[in-house]
Amino acid sequence: MSIDVLINLSQIIMLGLSTLVVMLVIAFRRGHKLTYGLTMAGLAISLLIFLFISPADARQATELLVMDDYSLFFSTLVIISALAVTALSYPYFEGEQSRNEEFYLLLLMATLGGVVLACSQHIVSFFLGMEILSICLYGMIAYTVQQPGAAKFPLEAGIKYLLLSGASSAMILFGIALIYTQTGTLLFSEIPQRLVEAGQGNPIVITGWMMAVAGIAFKLSLVPFHMWTPDVYEGAPVPATTFIATASKAAMVAVVLRLVLASQAYEIDGLLSTVTVLAALSMVVGNLLALLQKNIKRLLAYSSIAHLGYVMIVMVAAGSMASSAAAEAVTYYMAAYVFTTLAGFAVVSALSSSTNEQDQLASYQGLFWQRPWVALPLMIVMLSLAGIPLTMGFIGKFYVIQAGVTGQLWLLLAMLVIGSGIGIFYYLRVVYLLVQSPSGESEQGGLPLAVTATLLLTSGTVVLLGIWPTGLIASLSGLSVF
Amino acid sequence: MILIWLMLILFVGGIAAVIAERSNPMLPRVIALGALLLDLGLLLLVLFFPATMGADATNQISIGQEGEWLVLFQADWIPQLGISFIFGADGLSLLLIILTVFLGLMSLGAAWHEITERSGFFYLNLLWTLTGVIGVFSALDLFLFFVFWEVMLVPMYFIIAIWGHENKSYAAMKFFIFTQVSGLLMLVAMLGLVFAHYQTSGALTFNYFALLDGEFTTEVGFWLMLGFFIAFATKLPTVPLHNWLPDAHSQAPTAGSVILAGILLKTGAYGLLRFAQGLFPEESAAFAPVAMTLGAISILYTAKVAFAQDDLKRLIAYTSVSHMGFVMLGIYAWNAQSAQGAVMTMLAHGFSAAALFMVAGGLQHRLHTRDMRQMGGLWGVMPKLSFMALFFTVAAVGMPGLGNFIGEFLVLLGSFQRSVTITVFATGGLIVAAIYSLIVIQRTFHGEPKQQYGDVADLRKTEMACYIAMMLGLVWMGLYPQSMLALAESGLMNLGLDMSTGAR
Repeated sequence: MSIDVLINLSQIIMLGLSTLVVMLVIAFRRGHKLTYGLTMAGLAISLLIFLFISPADARQATELLVMDDYSLFFSTLVIISALAVTALSYPYFEGEQSRNEEFYLLLLMATLGGVVLACSQHIVSFFLGMEILSICLYGMIAYTVQQPGAAKFPLEAGIKYLLLSGASSAMILFGIALIYTQTGTLLFSEIPQRLVEAGQGNPIVITGWMMAVAGIAFKLSLVPFHMWTPDVYEGAPVPATTFIATASKAAMVAVVLRLVLASQAYEIDGLLSTVTVLAALSMVVGNLLALLQKNIKRLLAYSSIAHLGYVMIVMVAAGSMASSAAAEAVTYYMAAYVFTTLAGFAVVSALSSSTNEQDQLASYQGLFWQRPWVALPLMIVMLSLAGIPLTMGFIGKFYVIQAGVTGQLWLLLAMLVIGSGIGIFYYLRVVYLLVQSPSGESEQGGLPLAVTATLLLTSGTVVLLGIWPTGLIASLSGLSVF
Repeated sequence: MILIWLMLILFVGGIAAVIAERSNPMLPRVIALGALLLDLGLLLLVLFFPATMGADATNQISIGQEGEWLVLFQADWIPQLGISFIFGADGLSLLLIILTVFLGLMSLGAAWHEITERSGFFYLNLLWTLTGVIGVFSALDLFLFFVFWEVMLVPMYFIIAIWGHENKSYAAMKFFIFTQVSGLLMLVAMLGLVFAHYQTSGALTFNYFALLDGEFTTEVGFWLMLGFFIAFATKLPTVPLHNWLPDAHSQAPTAGSVILAGILLKTGAYGLLRFAQGLFPEESAAFAPVAMTLGAISILYTAKVAFAQDDLKRLIAYTSVSHMGFVMLGIYAWNAQSAQGAVMTMLAHGFSAAALFMVAGGLQHRLHTRDMRQMGGLWGVMPKLSFMALFFTVAAVGMPGLGNFIGEFLVLLGSFQRSVTITVFATGGLIVAAIYSLIVIQRTFHGEPKQQYGDVADLRKTEMACYIAMMLGLVWMGLYPQSMLALAESGLMNLGLDMSTGAR
């Protein structure tokens, strides 16, 4: 192993190192603030490492992982989400008697898993990353189980996620095994060539792909594999929900897109129509069910289902456009989605603590007049999710429609228009609540600096990169995925 | 650059209004007044000294067309996607921008005493809506146009949702969803157009001028045109997409109704002219019979529905749809007279509908009801307001000598050359309009009072000033329409309309 490889892996090493340090420190000396500080520092350093290893061209770091602009972009996104989640966790858990330090440990490890996913180009690293991520999430979701007055059902949410996520991992594994029997390779980019040798329409390969798609759809929470999402979002403590909604989704999308593009999965018989159905259902069902929600965490859960449906349009169109164009669209969309969702949960988190979650929509009434600097970001979030111009959400939707038009996917575009129409209804309902006359006295309380910073930075990014996306687009164009 | 300044002044004025509210709740309206007057001054400079103010028209944009652009501005925005800032105003845009700023002042007059709560945020929304509308009227990059098209909705939504009447939530939501969904169809069509252009020319661009000579098969063109048409026809609105309008107009505060009826509807008409007709001349010609029929149906159907209303604001809202039917008819008859008539109707209707909504709003503010069954005999109580109501009702009906007559007459004259049948039906609308207008006057201002009105004040000075300004405007349009027709003509020539023969 040469020094180059070590440099390329430095970020993953750094994350692993932070995990170790945090674990050891907890063993010797418990301290919420100390653990929090160490976690922040570890994440910040691994974020800064990007500046030094930003490669001119793709670099292999072992056969399993690749360090190119694409993986760096998604790793950055994952680590930024983790930073924001850490910043939100401290005030959320502060003031409780129970032991909070292990949450940061799980968070760091989950981030490691996310980064591995973003860099993986091999099915082994794909699976490893996914499992590291999921297993940490089980703990994070159920973390407040002994907290009186915490989010309602953390244990139920944790078990639900454990069972379903485990089942879907098994499906993916089975699917991979079936594909492997026919192709004899686990490297994404070698699959298409081997498939030609295995012959078109090989039933075992198709079955394998279908199983893998089902498993992946679970992880991305596409309809009809979405059942766990709202319950888990609602049951988990806000920081854990934030992490599931942002980092874990982004990492998963990153690896799936690479898998699709590198292995040319769109050439497989029946796969495109399957994904088309999944995407259409997600857009319509996700948006429809969101209409019924009175809880903002559940609302954001259903909205995320719909948004992942929009992303799937690009995946379906990937076969008929340049792979770099597809990557550009997906990366921008995910950046928009991650920043918007972060800002949204930051608002929920700013108003909540581990003993008192403010997740009922009714409690947001009149917030704009009482605490404008908390309500304004939430307004921006809702408008961005609805895809109104001058926010990142609009440029993201623009990319998706562009991909749809390029691929001539008129059915999916029609679903997108219908879905967005329904979406506006519940997004605007939140905005409407915010600007109505307040129903009761507000509790005036200063926000911790870290939360304020997260709120302003994330929502500010949503607006700034929505008005002036040139810089981001420049760094995204010409991404090579494999 | 001057167009940028117009928008910037309003945008910054909005922010200043919010900040100023903290020191004095009366200050925001003064700031709004200042910003609008400043804009009006700038516009008059452009109008009378185009040579000096339009100096930036020398920006190098290849315009492969006749007609003149008074002001142009170009800068890069997102070069990777072929998106740039291109703002330009020809005669048509300029007329509509002047209308926007003028009616902005009128809505300010309507809000002056009516809006007392959260005035800073109100004037922010008012000024930002106007910013968005000016952007819509001057953007010449399709992406930029779409951005303004959607962005102007948000402050308008707030105006209805915060300061609206009893059913504001429903009305604001309906307004937003109708426009947004039809807007997304337009976005799909827009991207389809850009993609088709990209495939033939190899250049990815949203530049209006570049897309003018896009080549595509008639079938593709038809679908693309339809995407644009639906978005604009929803905004105009035309039957059967008019459903959002009566709710939005009747629930909005007076200033909101003034802007909605006076300006926002015109963005739909402008879009039909600039984009549906400009980008798809052949497809629009093929589609014209359908569109003209829709226009005639709008005129007759909504005039009939207006009869059935007891709510004064809803009634005026339906008559708005009816009048916009003439605009649709004029745009799709597409000859020199009808297009000029459509533009004149847009302007005149802007004045008369705005004034009528101010009358209805003024009545509601004083009597706390919009229900005509509870009015009657108001002439004795409020002679000034009643006179204004009579004047603008008569104007809306199309009394010769006032602007609306010129517009509707020209539209009918032009459309007669295209289809006698449709024109005959549309003319019927004028008669129905006369009947319902007289009934409104009868029920509201004449007859026995239905309740004890108590001590209600007549028009204030600010209101009086607004009405008189709009009155003078309508008389000007009626007596000297040539001053506006000349400006409109240069704009219509930019759209490829041959003014001499009146043919395509």
